Amino acid sequence: MPKGILAATLQQRSQKILAQWLKQLEHGAAISKARLSSAELSRQAGEFLTLLTDAAQSNDITDISGPGWLPVRSFLEDLSRKRVLAGFSSDETATFIFSLKRPLFEALQEECGSGDIAKLSNVLWAATELLDKFGLHTVKAFQASREEVIGRQQTDLLELSTPVVKLWDGILALPMIGTLDSARTQIVMESLLQKIVETESQIAIIDITGVPTVDTLVAQHLLKTVTALRLMGADCIISGVRPQIAQTIVHLGVDLQGVTTKVNLADALALALKRTGVSFTKQ
Amino acid sequence: MGEFLLVTIQVDMQDQLALRLQDDLTRAIEKKGAKGVLIDISALEMVDSFIGRMIADISAMARILSAKTVLVGMQPAVAITLVELGLSLPGVATALNVGRGMELLRESLRNSDSDDNFLER
Repeated sequence: MPKGILAATLQQRSQKILAQWLKQLEHGAAISKARLSSAELSRQAGEFLTLLTDAAQSNDITDISGPGWLPVRSFLEDLSRKRVLAGFSSDETATFIFSLKRPLFEALQEECGSGDIAKLSNVLWAATELLDKFGLHTVKAFQASREEVIGRQQTDLLELSTPVVKLWDGILALPMIGTLDSARTQIVMESLLQKIVETESQIAIIDITGVPTVDTLVAQHLLKTVTALRLMGADCIISGVRPQIAQTIVHLGVDLQGVTTKVNLADALALALKRTGVSFTKQ
Repeated sequence: MGEFLLVTIQVDMQDQLALRLQDDLTRAIEKKGAKGVLIDISALEMVDSFIGRMIADISAMARILSAKTVLVGMQPAVAITLVELGLSLPGVATALNVGRGMELLRESLRNSDSDDNFLER
């Protein structure tokens, strides 16, 4: 019975299997690119082999989703996560598992002896399926961790890219870089309105120099922001309107609803200062 | 407040209460000869289309009675909700707080020649 032989082999020949596996791994990319120390690698391999051996003793080796295999699965998920952060690629991580095949097959061959070819091929097949499944599990966990990192970076980027700056007493500026989608608009509105309350500002200048295109959707989002500002008793000036944008707005028939627009931030600031009754004199 | 009336909305309004408010307010405008109404919604954390319409209605009624309405103290979350609901409350003047609202009303009374241009947005 394949399970019995595999479990027994793992139990009895684990030392040798581990030694040969480590030899394989040392030749691999992990060490050569010096991202993992020899000690750390042998610790990981040792732990995996122990967990695998223990779980194989009392669990069905054809189904790794069962609760008995949880320690092995968790270990691999943790390993993947660490490797994502260390900058490994997914195939390097999967190779960790697959390079166990040769040492394991050789051990199985020794265990079975040269007698029953059918028995040997059955157990080899079972072993390869088991390791394949774990290899795939590792890759899946790797992908999931990567996506988590990307998601987190996206959130950070979103928050960092919409700073609200105080230009003068009662005048705030919001320089927008990049395109304006609904998620961004939400964040923009929240942070801008919050700042208005905190600083009791009357005028917000939204500078769109860094917005590549203004289509009807972007215009809609901008107007939403303007309306929200108005509801809170503040005025809005849009600055940084480039010639192409002016053309697009007219061609698309976008109604700016009386929002004041200026070509650059300097003009917008001058107007805002005038509206708040501030004037400068040259000495 | 002299010629101004201050209305503070603190609870969620239902139909009956809203109608009562409109009634009380219009009567008070007439009785006191008020020239301005400040509606303070700084205590409202949530506003729906009903309240939005009610505010617009009060504003229109006050205008007919020759008083200006200024809505003050809208919280950011409320503003965003109204915008998402598509309620921009046109024709209702707004201010950040009661102090600013009073300034706005006083100034509008001073410019009462061009009064309709000033507060209309």
